Amino acid sequence: MLEVSGLIKRFGGFTAVSNVSFQVGQGEILGLIGPNGSGKSTIFNLLSGTLAPTGGSIRFQGHEIGGLPPYRIINQGIGRTFQIPRPFKRLSLFENVALAGYYGQGQPSRAKAFEAAERALTMVGLPTDRDAGIGGLGAAGLKKLELAKALATQPKLLLADESLGGLDETEMDQAADMLRRIRAELGITIIWVEHIMGVLMRVVDRVMVLDHGEMIAEGLPAEVSADPRVIEVYLGTDADAVQAAAVRV
Amino acid sequence: MTNRVLPWIVGAVLIALPFVYSAPYPMHLMVVVLIWSFAYTSWSVMGRFGLVSLGHGGFFGVGAYSTALLWNYYHLSPFLGIPIAMVLAVTLAIVVTYPCSRFRITGHYFALVTLALSAIVQQVATASRNITGGSLGYTPERAQGGGHILAFQFTDKLTWYFIALGVWAVGLFVRWRVDHSMIAYALEAIAEDEDAAGAAGVNVTSEKLKITALSAAMTAFAGGMYCQYQMFISPDTVSGINVSLQMVFAAVVGGIYVLPGPTVGAIITILLAEGLRIFFGTGALGWDNLVYGTLLVLFIIFLPQGLVGAAWTRLTGARRTA
Repeated sequence: MLEVSGLIKRFGGFTAVSNVSFQVGQGEILGLIGPNGSGKSTIFNLLSGTLAPTGGSIRFQGHEIGGLPPYRIINQGIGRTFQIPRPFKRLSLFENVALAGYYGQGQPSRAKAFEAAERALTMVGLPTDRDAGIGGLGAAGLKKLELAKALATQPKLLLADESLGGLDETEMDQAADMLRRIRAELGITIIWVEHIMGVLMRVVDRVMVLDHGEMIAEGLPAEVSADPRVIEVYLGTDADAVQAAAVRV
Repeated sequence: MTNRVLPWIVGAVLIALPFVYSAPYPMHLMVVVLIWSFAYTSWSVMGRFGLVSLGHGGFFGVGAYSTALLWNYYHLSPFLGIPIAMVLAVTLAIVVTYPCSRFRITGHYFALVTLALSAIVQQVATASRNITGGSLGYTPERAQGGGHILAFQFTDKLTWYFIALGVWAVGLFVRWRVDHSMIAYALEAIAEDEDAAGAAGVNVTSEKLKITALSAAMTAFAGGMYCQYQMFISPDTVSGINVSLQMVFAAVVGGIYVLPGPTVGAIITILLAEGLRIFFGTGALGWDNLVYGTLLVLFIIFLPQGLVGAAWTRLTGARRTA
């Protein structure tokens, strides 16, 4: 479904993504993990069109999409959520999702957009009434809204960015279940970027580990978590943090 | 309830008015107010989405001058001249807005870029003295007999009143349609967060261009109509920074988020200018600008929704009015 080969992104002299290649099959949930600044979000921005790649190719369903503007990529069937929810505060809850349903599907009829919005809101468990505002939504509610916006565009591939950040443990489990249900009920393929490894490992079929813009491991969750390089990367950052804390004391 | 009935009552009163009372001076004021109300409403079509343009004086000027020049030099009826003027204004709007959108020039910077546009149109009209008469102004040639349908010239105020009334009503309808369409959601979203709007599938540049083109076309139409009604235009009355600022000021005072806002703004600003002119004569030339400036600052600070907007919120407690 998605084939990425030799993907490169440089910002001036800094290489954020260096020669990364991977594939995602139809109906798969792929986890993408790595420490801060490892290039996860950059890859998402490249896949969704927010950034244009410096080199390499991104093929989605046989078509090259690298460097296309975001709206064209969405209309081809790739939806995304943002790490930090970005709701439109001047619009109501329903309008937020209806907007995505309308423009994300390449401007069908208003009725079709509203229908998609209703389905998406129901799926994530938010109210579908037209007057509800977004003022009362907490962290979990805003994450759901992000997801509903992405789902309303009727994606074939969903890019979920740090869906769990800022959630408590029950909310995390619910969010993880939600991604599973989205795949099961809507048949949507998912790439899931996450900081928190535990929950992710229980849900994904396959996981990819990035460090300094390079892919250092890829495979089944059990294999990857036993990989010495992955352990080093994760423990390494932790060890640094412990040392830094010790120095401060 | 009142929301449904009120527009029809206002409409009926405005249609009946000249049959009851039609002294020339009040009629003239009504026509002027209606033309400018239409122009201010045209500005607010995009202005309400945070796309604050100070270039509309330019579009108005292009509308007025193109219509008059095409008539005088090529004997082209304003019925063709005004549409051509609208196309020219739209072209100008796209030339300015497209790069602004691509290079992410928004907010204050967008206002500054468009400010240059209205200044340029004024300069061109002033400097092309051989063609436009420069700062002395310009007059469309009178059709024989004073008034003629094809020349879009009418001598009696009543005809103009009904034309202006009709155009104004169409202007309100266009804005109402825009406010109740999906593009309104998209533009609200763009105003807040362009990247997030893009991620929702909105083609930010194309939506911005659409609304700017519509607004520019309407404003050029207003300019052409103003020229035909006044039968005299000069660079500083139909173009330039003054005209642009006047549009922003009137729309903000009336309220840009509510449909009748720009109209109320036009009534206030035009009566203010006329009042100053009558009471102080030529000694008060330019005073209205001083008053505008002061009031604009006060309104932006204390009443950003404008008069109508604030009254509406007070009455209904509505979250958002459109």
